[in-house]
Amino acid sequence: MTTTESRTLTYAEAVREALSQAMEADERVFLLGEDVGTYGGAFGVTGDLVHRFGEERVRDTPISELGIVGAAVGAALAGMRPIVEIQFSDFTAQAMDQIVNQAAKIHFMLGGAATVPMVLRAPGGSGTGAAAQHSQSLEAWFAHVPGLKVVMPATAADAKGLLLAAIDDPNPVIVLEHKLLYKQSGVVPQSPARVRLGETAVRRDGTDLTIVATGVMVSRALEAAEQLAATGIEAAVLDPRTLRPLDSKTIVDSVTATGRALLVQEAPKTGGFMAEVSAAIVESPAFGHLTAPVTRLCGLDVPIPYAPQLEKAAVPQTEDIVKAATGLVNQW
Amino acid sequence: MDLTGNASLARETLRTMWTIRRFEEAVDDLFARGLMHGTMHLSIGQEAVPAGACLALADGDYITSTHRGHGHCIAKGARLDAMMAELLAKETGYCRGRGGSMHIADVATGNLGANGIVAGGVPIASGAGLAVKLRGGQQVVLSFFGDGAVNEGAWHEGVNLAAIWDLPVVFVCENNHYGMSMSAKRAAKVDRLGDRAAAYGIPGVTVDGNDPQEVFDAVSAAVARARAGDGPSLVEAMTYRWKGHSKSDKNLYRTREEIESWRERDPIVRFERAAITAGALSEEDAAECRDEARDRVRAAIRTANAAPDASAASLTDAVYAGSQS
Ligand SMILES: Cc1ncc(C[n+]2csc(CCOP(=O)(O)OP(=O)(O)O)c2C)c(N)n1
Repeated sequence: MTTTESRTLTYAEAVREALSQAMEADERVFLLGEDVGTYGGAFGVTGDLVHRFGEERVRDTPISELGIVGAAVGAALAGMRPIVEIQFSDFTAQAMDQIVNQAAKIHFMLGGAATVPMVLRAPGGSGTGAAAQHSQSLEAWFAHVPGLKVVMPATAADAKGLLLAAIDDPNPVIVLEHKLLYKQSGVVPQSPARVRLGETAVRRDGTDLTIVATGVMVSRALEAAEQLAATGIEAAVLDPRTLRPLDSKTIVDSVTATGRALLVQEAPKTGGFMAEVSAAIVESPAFGHLTAPVTRLCGLDVPIPYAPQLEKAAVPQTEDIVKAATGLVNQW
Repeated sequence: MDLTGNASLARETLRTMWTIRRFEEAVDDLFARGLMHGTMHLSIGQEAVPAGACLALADGDYITSTHRGHGHCIAKGARLDAMMAELLAKETGYCRGRGGSMHIADVATGNLGANGIVAGGVPIASGAGLAVKLRGGQQVVLSFFGDGAVNEGAWHEGVNLAAIWDLPVVFVCENNHYGMSMSAKRAAKVDRLGDRAAAYGIPGVTVDGNDPQEVFDAVSAAVARARAGDGPSLVEAMTYRWKGHSKSDKNLYRTREEIESWRERDPIVRFERAAITAGALSEEDAAECRDEARDRVRAAIRTANAAPDASAASLTDAVYAGSQS
């Protein structure tokens, strides 16, 4: 068997494989979180890991997010490589002091004398009917904080490769997984191949416009691009994957070539991450090549509602992307 | 007051418990048949806690509730059709389809809201208690939460505020032995969570949460204390949830025998028998309570089903108050 072999795994299985390979490779790596043990994780991500690595290294915690993250910060400072699972990204709100004021700042505040090599994984996003306190897309909160790195894997391969890179990283890394993606499958390399942090992926080439999307919006953008192609519009689809540090160069190069940018995020528009991407484009030489205004397609500025028809209306769907892209190309 | 021996109280207690049971069985069924979406946390097996506790409250008293809140909502007097409509994503639901099971509130009956955040309602209850105290009111606030909630910072901060300010709050821990898969034993070093009260200088008791009488007695005493201006108390009610934590639970963390042993202590069956033995209810009375609950739930489903779906046209309306478009 070659170590470069690939097979199809679900996104959740890909995360689990990264966790198990990291634990096998490094004694310092351990997991902690609510129900990550026998229960296997709220979304089944940790699965059977407790049976393979034991309760010390796959550690069930009480329901106390601030305590969990604080414990990880301390363990990381003391030489371990903790990986925290926060059951829903919404509950990072409970742990915000530890994430923002402790984890993110300790290295800086100590003049570089200490590092906090920890990973915080948390599922975000809507689409499950879990309503306002369990469905948010909070990436902009974290991307705003110097000292944190933020990744949003959109494919199974990236779920594995980015997580492995995050575990290697000497900084606190927030990995925002999307709960709708957990069951989606993709080709994943068997080897513990890293996907470097800070590299935007070009998911599809195109000449008429550049669609930049994150999380579950990447697959919707790709679906939209297929439909657009049938009408003669060729859209490039770019997935930043890492929001901080952001590889804006790949985005700028693409927009320079196409002259149009459609930025798609699930999170509400105001203060969202795509505002940052927009600024990165208009602050660059791509500005001179724009033939259309940089355009954002975002979730509505509302909390995520419960009713399925309302939830769907609150965030961009494939048809919304098609419509926005068509308008952008035809109007400009 | 004797719930078991008094005909009208026995009937009321039994009706409430059966209504909760039948409502949740119906929800479970709608869910299994794909007619209800989202997620669902059922309190089947725990009915004695909300029934006993809310009976100790007066109209105008407040409660805060949890993700497992159907029972609290019903016991505090919510309308079944509006609850069902909410779960069925209808415009006539308590939250017009925006909230769902985890966010139902019924302010008219003093239910300040279910909460999807574990322990989220605890400091809110203290805040409501503070408002009552500042207004010089007579109301009491009862906060329901699970055994898992007592390890959240929010719980400690909420209880401490109520304690130092002598707020009229009753903290009711529904100890169903698990916070999702985490057993209460593994999550806390103390055997009785009621003992945690000592750290805040307030009374704490632990009672049989499958006996509405014990819950009622303990909560009544705490309510009396709160109304007298003597501050909060903690009541730990020992009970059990028969079903999984939510729809995705594989129940790997507890045994069949354990679940069976608690099913044998079904709070409803026990109370029914006791009330019949005490002569407060006849077999027919008990059957009537059961049938009535079933009929009310069926009617609620019919009414809800006939209502219009929640409409996305007004989705942005209630984001900010006073800015209805
Ligand atoms: C802050 C927060 N952390 C985690 C969760 C996920 N979660 C929802 S209910 C639950 C278990 C709660 O246990 P407990 O408080 O004992 O209540 P029970 O479910 O047993 O009624 C967990 C972990 C959450 N909703 N909020």
